[in-house]
Amino acid sequence: MEIRERIEALLAEAFPEVKFEYTDFRGDLRVLFSKEHVIPVCKFLRDNEELAFSMCEDITAIDWARQPNRFSVVYHIYSLKNKYRLRLACDVEEHEAKIDTVTSVWKSANWYERETWDMYGINFEGHPDLRRMYMAEEFEYFPLRKEYPMIGIPGDQPLPKK
Amino acid sequence: MGLEAKFMNEGFLTSTVDALVAWARESSVWPMPMGISCCAIEMIATAGPKYDIARFGSEVMRFTPRQCDVLLVAGTVTYKMAHVVKKIYDQMPEPKWVIAMGVCASTGGVYRSYPVVQGIDTFLPVDVYVAGCPPRPENLLNGLMMIQEKIKKTKAREFQNIPMLEPVKINGN
Repeated sequence: MEIRERIEALLAEAFPEVKFEYTDFRGDLRVLFSKEHVIPVCKFLRDNEELAFSMCEDITAIDWARQPNRFSVVYHIYSLKNKYRLRLACDVEEHEAKIDTVTSVWKSANWYERETWDMYGINFEGHPDLRRMYMAEEFEYFPLRKEYPMIGIPGDQPLPKK
Repeated sequence: MGLEAKFMNEGFLTSTVDALVAWARESSVWPMPMGISCCAIEMIATAGPKYDIARFGSEVMRFTPRQCDVLLVAGTVTYKMAHVVKKIYDQMPEPKWVIAMGVCASTGGVYRSYPVVQGIDTFLPVDVYVAGCPPRPENLLNGLMMIQEKIKKTKAREFQNIPMLEPVKINGN
């Protein structure tokens, strides 16, 4: 049985109350589900002996510039055992831009979530050290949000005096 | 060997102090290599044997600003890096000059986006802009020669009211 069918079967068995939407893009599987279940689902995918998604390669977000479901938080995870990549996605609202942190599942999530907070302003609740990563500490905007202009806002980042 | 061989007895030259000092200055312009992105590779090539910046007396790349005469900003300056560049410029003793090497340092270049300073002349007094992405070593040498031309025209009295080393503020004190 193919690995993706096993993922679908095992997830349906373990979380009968969660609705999983599967999409395929050029042979890569993406699983969309509700953000309340992010920690249990991630823990299951990591700890299940058959799947063993032991590695979190990246966490990022997408600003769809739409309402509702403005943002998607995307987790790229990898199973060294099965040599298989999987994408998990959770939709996040603009007025409630927050999601539980998965640093308890994969330690590498720490900096990825900091980066996503810095660029999109999505609050990862329970994160041990949610500080800005690229932009200055006192910077007030989230530059990869669609409403932020490409060239920046004049005076939003201080320059040294001439 | 040279001119001195023509003198049959002890020879002497007459000149002005300004000309002598300016000649000495322009012949040993020590760069502060601020290689902060890909332009640095061309800057390194300029210092290598093929292009040999030593022919112009600028081979002494010091990694402390306190011994340098020209700040060679070779690369993209972000807003966060701008404060570092300014701090290094402030630590250089007078008189000092600035070369903006490449389009990123000159105008922001291809990075017309929020993190990149759109030209270091927004916070530094730039003397020479070197065009190119990155500029070829010949072009950087040309920029250095333009700095030398500029130094050649200076008078000693222009620097009289400038302190040799500006006090550097640490943590606002």
